[in-house]
Amino acid sequence: MSYLPYAVAAWLCLVGLFGVATSRNLIHLAICLTVTQSSSYVLLLAVGYVKHGRAPIFKGIKLGTPAVDPVVQALTLTDVVVSVVVVALILALALDAHRLSGTVDPDEIADISG
Amino acid sequence: MTWIPPLLVAIPLLGAVFAAGLDHITPTVVQDALVVAASAATTAFAFLLLWHAENHEVVHWFGGWQTRHGVALGIDFAVGPLAAGMCAVIGIVVTLALLYSLTFLREAARLFDALMLVALAAMCGFAMSGDLFNLFVWLELMGVAAYALTGFTVERLGPVQGAVNYAITNGVGGYLFAIGIALLYARTGALNLAQIGNTLSHGPAGGLVIFAMTLLFCGLLIKGAVVPFHLWAADAYAVAPSPVCAVLGGVMTDIGLIGVARLYWTVFDAPFGHGHAVGDVLLWLGLVTAVLAGVMAFLQRHLKRMLAYSVLCHIGIMLAGIGLLDSAGLAGAELMFLAHALLTAGLFFVAGILHVDHTRIDELHLHGLGRGCWVPAAAWLAGTIGLIGTPYIGIYLGHGLIDEGANHVGRPWVIGLLWLGSALAGAALLRAGARIFLGWGDADDPLLGEPLEEDPRERRVIRPLLVGVAVTAVVLGVAVSLVPGLGQRAEYAADRFRDRSGYAARVLRDRPMAPPQSLPVTIRHTSFESLLYGGGATIFAIGLAGIGLYRRRLPHSVAVAAGRTLAPPISVLRGLHSGVVGDYVTWVAVGTAVTGGVWALLLHG
Amino acid sequence: MTRRLRLALLVPSLLGLGALFAWSITGLPRFGDYRGPYGYVLNQIVVPLRHSTNVVMGTTFDVRGVDTMGEEFILYAAVLGVTLLLRDEAGGGRVERRTRRLRSDAVRLVGVVLIGGGLLVGLWLVAFGYITPGGGFPGGVVLAGAILVLYLIGSHRDYRPFRNEHVLDPLEGIGAGGYVVTGLAALVSGMPFLTNLFGYGQTGTLASAGSIGILNGAAGIAVTVALLLLFAEFLQTYVVPLEPEDAAS
Repeated sequence: MSYLPYAVAAWLCLVGLFGVATSRNLIHLAICLTVTQSSSYVLLLAVGYVKHGRAPIFKGIKLGTPAVDPVVQALTLTDVVVSVVVVALILALALDAHRLSGTVDPDEIADISG
Repeated sequence: MTWIPPLLVAIPLLGAVFAAGLDHITPTVVQDALVVAASAATTAFAFLLLWHAENHEVVHWFGGWQTRHGVALGIDFAVGPLAAGMCAVIGIVVTLALLYSLTFLREAARLFDALMLVALAAMCGFAMSGDLFNLFVWLELMGVAAYALTGFTVERLGPVQGAVNYAITNGVGGYLFAIGIALLYARTGALNLAQIGNTLSHGPAGGLVIFAMTLLFCGLLIKGAVVPFHLWAADAYAVAPSPVCAVLGGVMTDIGLIGVARLYWTVFDAPFGHGHAVGDVLLWLGLVTAVLAGVMAFLQRHLKRMLAYSVLCHIGIMLAGIGLLDSAGLAGAELMFLAHALLTAGLFFVAGILHVDHTRIDELHLHGLGRGCWVPAAAWLAGTIGLIGTPYIGIYLGHGLIDEGANHVGRPWVIGLLWLGSALAGAALLRAGARIFLGWGDADDPLLGEPLEEDPRERRVIRPLLVGVAVTAVVLGVAVSLVPGLGQRAEYAADRFRDRSGYAARVLRDRPMAPPQSLPVTIRHTSFESLLYGGGATIFAIGLAGIGLYRRRLPHSVAVAAGRTLAPPISVLRGLHSGVVGDYVTWVAVGTAVTGGVWALLLHG
Repeated sequence: MTRRLRLALLVPSLLGLGALFAWSITGLPRFGDYRGPYGYVLNQIVVPLRHSTNVVMGTTFDVRGVDTMGEEFILYAAVLGVTLLLRDEAGGGRVERRTRRLRSDAVRLVGVVLIGGGLLVGLWLVAFGYITPGGGFPGGVVLAGAILVLYLIGSHRDYRPFRNEHVLDPLEGIGAGGYVVTGLAALVSGMPFLTNLFGYGQTGTLASAGSIGILNGAAGIAVTVALLLLFAEFLQTYVVPLEPEDAAS
């Protein structure tokens, strides 16, 4: 159990990368990207966990009660926004690609090369 | 003077909000003036900051969260002369690009302006930040702005492909960076770079720090478009509008390298600084990038794609300069950044002018069409010579300092390879210039592959403005090697940048710095060896450009032999740049695994 | 590169990365064994110094406030970017898909309840964000979600007021720009950027935490509007107004 959350993070990262590299559909690919990024959420939240710690919200709780790290939660919040935004842009580009070429297969919209 | 650093971020961001929010409400002239003024003011403050940073790190703790007993609580911008100088260059290039686009891009102009200003703020923030996660925020912010700007021309497939490839590869890079941050935070419990460095200087480094470094550096090298992470760059730069290319190619790609240097000398110098393994891997990546991108530049006919590979070539040389882990090498990279940013921007501007005049951006299609356009022709020639590094022109001084660095650390064999890279890229640009502006050479060349689709044309431009901006950029870039005292100041800035414990003491404990000795205001001279290399590279580039133009006039037997030996590697090279994003991500995985594996072997134990 | 070759390169590299990842995990502290110091220090000082009982929000909007400014502009840039990418230049070329007016009263009833509830929960999350769990970001998402239900149960026409760019664009600017202006206000009064200038008030009440409340509200507005604008852009690309007979009913 003591290393399981970290292993989950590693698995999400690799499996997401595999999906991104082999995807045949830009929308599927965008979701694979969020899988990769979920790895960083899991890892961040896992490294800040304190055993038997409470949420770092001290409303009605005495200051000094063991609580988990608030920093990683703030970082995760930012990370989530980044992920949403990148997905939004890729989906917009997927719409454009579909409008222009009738396909969302990244292998087939490769117009320029060399 | 600690109030200056946040302004470099706040002014352009506020400018962006006003530009986008007041669209349709205020007259166009007011809007244009506002946008250019915001960018120019940022540049002016960057110069003021540079002035103050000479004597002491300008440290700004946001929200007034000062350190307590050496523990950083908030986020800081810690600005030395190198970071301030970067901001100044970034400001100049963005301001020129905005001026250029006043008439070049009329359609959706406000969205364009706002995104450019956001990118400016993000680049300045990245250059100044002293906090690991804050670096990530700026990195993603500039990325988001840049992906959209790349896809600006939405009515064709090429820009969509370029933006998709850019967004996905750089998105993956950002996530690798984020995972690296999480690992490092777990080990040190800190996000401030100086504090992470201090924590890592005690105790063994181990696999965790090695892998975290791999992820952080590979994330940045994707942004910096270093082989094998570079494949997206040519696709993106070939399709973006010229002023966007000037910003992406001139300054934004280099941001990745600034990040590598910053992280190495604030964090990873502590556990790994006793050996040369980290630097040598960076040096090799730089060498391969310089030569490979030089070759690829020579194989292009699309001017912006050619310029993109020329950018990558110089990125490689700068990374090699950083990888020498020596003050002279870093100072050389710094000066090369300055000259290359301005010259590259200038050449992209000239390419834009050619496109406005002739609706074409293909070297062969433009054959002879530039005859009589003397000012753009002169700007193209001067920019090209400056990018080769002909003695005392353009990037020469930076190249010369990198040569010195290579000799200091006992790796003199890199010098020749680095000069070869810039000569190859320069030969491509010279060949294109001669073909377009002089009408030399053949009108067709199968070596250069198939033509790409041409961009649509912007009609109602004020041409003198475009030419003026292009000439300004090139003149500034060409003059870099001849500015008295600049070389010495770059070396001083590099010394300060590399002093990890001094930086940590100034940031975390506000320890005063010994006043710097006064530096001479003379032209920095280079070794005789560099002079020979610079001259040789120029002659080599001219010769190679001549061969490129008049290939058919070579003796038959030579042509056949050359074709037989060169054709297979060229086709393999072209095949690697496939334009398919899945391939690119695969190369990212390969590159990260190999880099990490090499570091694991060299640094462990 | 053929797909077979791609796999042949990809799989060994990912396995190698996995091995490196596993190696690095062995250097991590055991799960639940957080060593600090950053988080411990903030858990101790944020409540007494800023009177904000939610330390995560205190971190987000005060201690690491400039990160959040960058984050708001990431959203802002995304809205600009998606608008740029999905702008309709020639006026043609769009796929036409017509929406029909929904006729089931039960679905409408559920929708109205969802909208009302969503708005209340969203506003509560934003307003009390720095005291109890919540904050401008999650609250803004819930608010935007509630308004989007209007599109689901109504029609494109009912939803149209919420994609009026002339109202939303300046509002989005106020959300993002408000953050910068709050920061600059501190700078002008001679303090570091984003210094918490206002009285910190009584801990655990709405009138606590100083500028954290203002920045939290700015974030709430910015997130709500950004999401509405993003959805509007995507919907506009594929949907044209009601069919004539539906519009008449």
